Order: sequence, then C-alpha cells, then structure tokens
Amino acid sequence: MRINNLGYLIKEGIRGIFLHGFMSFAAVCVTVACLLIVGSFTCLTYNITLMVEDLNKTNEILVYVDEDLSDAEARSVGTLINKVENVYKATFVHKDDAFESFVETYSDKDSLTGVDTNFLRHRFVVILEDNGQFQQTIKDLEQVEGVAKISAARELAEGFTTIQNVLQIASVAVVGVLLVVSLLIISNTVKLAMYDRREEIAIMKMVGATNSFIRLPYVVEGFTLGMVGAGVAFGLEWFLYELLRNRMAAASTLKLIDFVPFQELLLPMIVTFFAAGLFVGIVGSWTSIRKFMDV
Amino acid sequence: MIEFTDVTKSYSVGTRALKGVSMQIEDGEFVYLVGPSGSGKSTVIKMITGELKPTSGTVHVNGYSLEKIRKREIPYLRRTVGTVFQDFRLIQNKTVYDNVAFVMRAIGAREREIRERVPYVLNLVGLDTKTRRHPGELSGGEQQRLAIARALVNNPSTIIADEPTGNLDPARSLEIMSLLMEINNLGTTMLVVTHEKHLVERFHKRVISIDDGLIVSDGMDGYYRYENQ
Repeated sequence: MRINNLGYLIKEGIRGIFLHGFMSFAAVCVTVACLLIVGSFTCLTYNITLMVEDLNKTNEILVYVDEDLSDAEARSVGTLINKVENVYKATFVHKDDAFESFVETYSDKDSLTGVDTNFLRHRFVVILEDNGQFQQTIKDLEQVEGVAKISAARELAEGFTTIQNVLQIASVAVVGVLLVVSLLIISNTVKLAMYDRREEIAIMKMVGATNSFIRLPYVVEGFTLGMVGAGVAFGLEWFLYELLRNRMAAASTLKLIDFVPFQELLLPMIVTFFAAGLFVGIVGSWTSIRKFMDV
Repeated sequence: MIEFTDVTKSYSVGTRALKGVSMQIEDGEFVYLVGPSGSGKSTVIKMITGELKPTSGTVHVNGYSLEKIRKREIPYLRRTVGTVFQDFRLIQNKTVYDNVAFVMRAIGAREREIRERVPYVLNLVGLDTKTRRHPGELSGGEQQRLAIARALVNNPSTIIADEPTGNLDPARSLEIMSLLMEINNLGTTMLVVTHEKHLVERFHKRVISIDDGLIVSDGMDGYYRYENQ
C-alpha cells in the first residue's frame, strides 16, 4: 500500500459507513448497549465499594493510654499512634470526656454523681485505612510506648473485609464476563457487516489488491463506528447516572444511599469507554475480515 | 507466458481435478480452453490466478512459479493477469468510472495516472459516455465490457475470460469476442474459456480441449477434435 492511497482509503472507510447504513447503525447500537451495561455495572460497583469503605471507617478501635502518664504525655502518644501504618485517624479522648459520654448513655445518672474519674484512662479513638490489615495494626499499636490496652471489635472488622473482598471479586468477574460477551456480540455484528461485503472483498483480491489495501477502509470504518458507539454510550451513561443520582437524592427514604457525582468518574469512564470502543472497532473489523481474505 | 508441466491437482475430498496437464501459452497468443463441466477448466484458471497450487508438477505464470510463490506475492501475480467472468463480478455501489479506477488504486497508482488511463480504457470498450452510471443501470453486454475494461486497466500481460459470453445474446457475444480479439491484437495474451462452438469456429484460433483432468487435444482444430473423440 502506498502513501498516496491513504487519503482514498480513509475516505472509502467513511463512505462505507453510510453506504452500509443499516449494518453501521446495528454495530453502533450493539456497541452502545454493551458499553452501557458494562459502564452501569462499573459505576454501581464503584459506589457500593465507596459505601462499604465509609462503613468500614465507622469501626473504631479504642487505644487506652497508661494511667501513669500526665495529660500532656498522654496526648503526645497520639503522634506515635498516627505514625503507625494503616492508621487513618487517631482522636484523643480525655478520661473526663469519656466519663461524660458514659454517663450520657447511663439511665440512672444521679447514682454516678461525684464519682472520681481517676479509675478511667485517657484513650484514642483510632480508625483504620484498611480493615484487611487489622491484626497487624493491632500488634503495631500494642508496641507503641505509652499504650496500655487496646479494645477492638475484631469480628466487625473481619466482616467488613469479607464484604469488600466478595464485592471486589464479584465485580471483577461480572465486568469481565460482560466485557467478553460484549466483545463477542460486537465482533459478530462486525462479521455480519463483512459477510455482507464478501463479494466486494473477493473482487478486490481478484484484481491484485494487497491485504492492507483491502483492510484499511474496514479498519477505518470499525474505528469510526467504535468511537461513535463509545461517544453515544458515554453521553447516555452520564445522563442516566445523573438522573438516577438526582432521583435518589430527592427521595427522602433513600438518603442513606448517596452516589458520587459523575464528574468524579469522568476520566476513568472516558478512558474505559473510548478504549473499549477503539479495541472493539479495530480488533473486531481486523479479525472479522481475515476470514474473507483467504481467497 | 503460462506454462504447465505435468500438473496434477487432488482435492482433500479425494477428487483428482488434473491428472498430468502440460501446456504452454506464449505471450501474445489467443487460446480457447474448452471442455465439459467438471473437466478441470476452473482448476486451471484458479492455478493461473494463484488461488490454487498444484499437488505435483510445475506452473509458471508471467514469471511467477506457483510452487515457490509466497502468499504476499500473490496480489502481484494477479496484477499481471486480468480476469473476466460470466457473472461480471462488478461492485454494484461504485460507478462505472470507480469500478475501473479502484483497480488502479489497488496497485498504488497516482490520481493523475488514474485520471488519464481510466477514460482511455473506457473509451476502448465503448463506455466513455456512461462513466457516472452504476453497473445496475447497464445492459449485460455493457457490464461485460466494463468487466473487460477493469481487467485491462492495469495493462496486464494476460487476460483470462471465463465464459465471458455465457450471459449474453448472440449479437452481444460476438461484440465481446471481437473486443477481446482487438485487445489481443494490442499484444495481450488471451485465454478464453467457452462452451460456445460458433464463437470458437468464427475466430479461428488455438483451442486446448480438456476432459477428465487431461488435455485431450491442442491445436487450431481443437474444438472439432474435442467434439469427435
């Protein structure tokens, strides 16, 4: 293939889209439908993961400070705690404040009037980054100088970790299966489009056209259709996502479920949609045409 | 030049299409290839266009050896051989001009060359006034002339016409054969596969008769000999 053909071949590729309008329309529709399904599931999984991560952060560990330490010394232990790997946040709670909180939750408040709080310890409320490293972090916290005791709900932390792991595996599996199914469907649609033009390809082979000369217009066509499909799917995904998000925000009973704005997903979604469109368009047309090239 | 030496061809289903064919067609010759259905004519043509390779023996076509040819060289072999078929095989969504021009584009010709050569070839086959029409708007004879123009445009050294008049009435058939003869007079080797006895007799040329995978006669009176076996 010579360079002076390039313009002609690109023009032929674009022309092919309009010439075989129905097949082009079908290919774009299938691409849009498949990308929408994959995209919606990915958005849903992302939001659920964020929600689980937020829930994760409600699991607090209480780190009690040695009662021999002064107030100032006790507070300074916080610096060491915050340096421990996997510690997201450590908040100091004075023993008097802890007692007040305890009293608040107690029904017979009067019976606790005048109680000396010295039997209590200062403490830190610690939130972890990742509950998957719960055991190791507890061990690390125990090593911190000035820490007397640690109280933590291990089962709850492990429960969150299990939920996150299951969610991750399930989402990767489902998105993977959906992607493969989408590729097969789109590839078959492109194959149908090629089958429609097998005579044309045979004639080109017969007159001595090289494989690259025959392929390029179809690849240009596949690329364009893939990009159009990705663009339409992306626009629709954005619109539908925001529509759903606004509806959920408006419904008072569903206040607990709060989806992130689509802008937060913009870059990964653009990359994913257009990469998938590009891959499907080019690889789909390249592999489909191979079958008809062997003349 | 086309040269077959003791060529055999067996298909995977066990059919032996050619059983030792030897023939030589010199540059500039006009040759008829005749024979009944299933005699091996199509196998011979497919070998000349590089679609099939021989099971044994050697085939040389315009400087290419079929036993040694690489897959990526086949398009270049095909550029030396123009083909015309009974069913025309034109691209319906391209105009008359584009059906011819795209063959030149396929070999990387420059637009200037295409603009000069295509009108010349269309004029040669008498379609210069119908360049903007589509094949569906042409008569059978015109479509075949367009197929001839397409076969001719890259100036191949050989043209193979497989039953070129099979779909045409006697007057149009004569017209097409006369056109092929004119092209042959310009120096192009012509191999015409036909069943039409009256055309073979009218244009007194070399006739190679093939039957059951073997050449049964070869000469100026080949059709007569083929019929009287």
